[in-house]
Amino acid sequence: METTKNLTPDLFEPAETDVKEQEQIARKKLTFWGDVWRRFRSNKGALIGGILLLIIAVMAFIGPDMNPYTYRAQDYSVINKEAFGDHWFGTDALGRDLWTRTWYGAGISLLIALLAAAFDLFIGVPYGCISGYYGGRVDNWMQRIIEVLYGIPNLVVIILLLLWLDPGIFAIALAMGITGWITMARVVRGEMLKLKSQEYVLAARTLGASTSRMLVKHMLPNVMGPVIITIMFSIPTAIFFEAFLAFIGLGIRPPEASLGVLIEEGYKQLQLYPYQLFYPAAVLSLIMFAFNLVGDGLRDALDPKLRQ
Amino acid sequence: MGRYILQRMAYMLITLWVIITFTFFLMHLMPGSPLQNVEKIPEELQEAILKEYGLDKPLPVQYVQFLGNLAQGSLGYSYKYDGRSVTDLLMQGFPASAQLGIQSIIFGSLVGVLLGSIAALRRGTWVDNTANVISVLGYSVPSFVIATLLSYYVGVKWGILPTGLWGSFQHTILPTLSLSFLVIATIARYIRTEMLEVLGQDYMKTAKAKGLSRTASIGRHALRNALIPAVTVMGPLVIGLITGSLVVEQIFAVPGMGWMFVESIQVKDYTVIMGVTIFYSALLIISIFLIDILYGVIDPRIRISGAKE
Repeated sequence: METTKNLTPDLFEPAETDVKEQEQIARKKLTFWGDVWRRFRSNKGALIGGILLLIIAVMAFIGPDMNPYTYRAQDYSVINKEAFGDHWFGTDALGRDLWTRTWYGAGISLLIALLAAAFDLFIGVPYGCISGYYGGRVDNWMQRIIEVLYGIPNLVVIILLLLWLDPGIFAIALAMGITGWITMARVVRGEMLKLKSQEYVLAARTLGASTSRMLVKHMLPNVMGPVIITIMFSIPTAIFFEAFLAFIGLGIRPPEASLGVLIEEGYKQLQLYPYQLFYPAAVLSLIMFAFNLVGDGLRDALDPKLRQ
Repeated sequence: MGRYILQRMAYMLITLWVIITFTFFLMHLMPGSPLQNVEKIPEELQEAILKEYGLDKPLPVQYVQFLGNLAQGSLGYSYKYDGRSVTDLLMQGFPASAQLGIQSIIFGSLVGVLLGSIAALRRGTWVDNTANVISVLGYSVPSFVIATLLSYYVGVKWGILPTGLWGSFQHTILPTLSLSFLVIATIARYIRTEMLEVLGQDYMKTAKAKGLSRTASIGRHALRNALIPAVTVMGPLVIGLITGSLVVEQIFAVPGMGWMFVESIQVKDYTVIMGVTIFYSALLIISIFLIDILYGVIDPRIRISGAKE
């Protein structure tokens, strides 16, 4: 008791350290996407898929220029020859170089799939956003429409549309986009319904954010995860459908090449020259395989709740 | 429940009507006509032919006529096969397609369940990894690639099984196999996820604690509960099988509906295209409906309410 009394304020000095400094975060901040990347990277399958995809994409770009042939030049002196010289995959029934055609076709197939995915995005995301965000009667009507459309088998619509439109890159992508956006709209709507009741949305609204700002700045970024996952699975579906359509005779017109067209041409030669089917079929399967691996990986990385 | 079913049926009808209308008008917008080599046929004859098939009337009239006939169960007559009704052709093609579909669902489900549960029980080991790779492969390799490979190796090179035609069970093996890869992949993947979830449940611990043998606890408790949600993948599977059957039937020359459909597209046999489209759509709509109902019946935890989610 006695000693305490002898202490005067001038004996004390303020400490040098600042409270703020003590609490400073020295380690690198982990953003959401950083976290996603970390999880994606630790998934071996997804990484393999990603690398495969990268290689295929690069080959689709540079592959056709790696030897002197073009995808449509015919050379009747080298018909149906298995790999020789700089015809690394051999030649087809018209003496066209199969290596060039395969990679050129892979590029076209990827292009069609990306276009189809873009249609999904541009129709499905706004539709789902509006339906989920506004709710009430708007949502009710928009959902009734979806319910009716959802029952229509994609296959039937795509085939009919392609019978009507002349099958080209754009037409095929359009036909797939017209049917594909429904899944996307459902996914986005579901997410929107979940987000709508979250506190930060209420906070933003209280602070006077306009509807468009709310949707674009606050809610869309939070829907990106499921949207990306949906896209990653709709791309291989589109690639498959393109090949499938070509196989039943609704592919893009010759001399253009896509993987589907090449497989269809190869199938006709299967008994005599099986290699003409194997190369494009292998590339097609690899692309689908890679996309599925990456899609699985992204789903696990973006949505850890789903992870088993 | 009763109200839900009625509501769903109303939707099914609307969906079907949308499909029919869409198909009908799109079909008539198509370039070209069902008459081939038009320029070689004299005018009067052309008119007579069009008249016979009712193609000379204005489109709305044809549409109403078509709907009227459909209500009476008639899908019209094929243009290509003279005098054969579309219903007749459908009934001719359906058995082969249905047999292939059912066989591949049964075979695929059996293998898929086995693969999926083994993967879940041996989680993280090489068995699990191999099963996973197999299922992603089954997902990724299109059925027509599998079909052509099977037909080339098993059929042509090794000559074990017939590569085409229809008749005995042997003829069905290769097409069934080609179609079942997708089923195996889908089911295995699903069962694995469900199995992992079920294995972590408390009742599994109870089963173990009360001294149930491993086989009994897995067979009677784990697998049964894991199987229930797998019913939901049946819808997409049916769609996948129908898509696959279009090309697989062509590859193995199976006289089924898929083959007929592709052929009718190539020769612009309007009535057959319409018929098969309506048939496929109805089949899909009804099977998805049945699956939804079935789902609610098998698992009482899923309550089907009045279409509100």
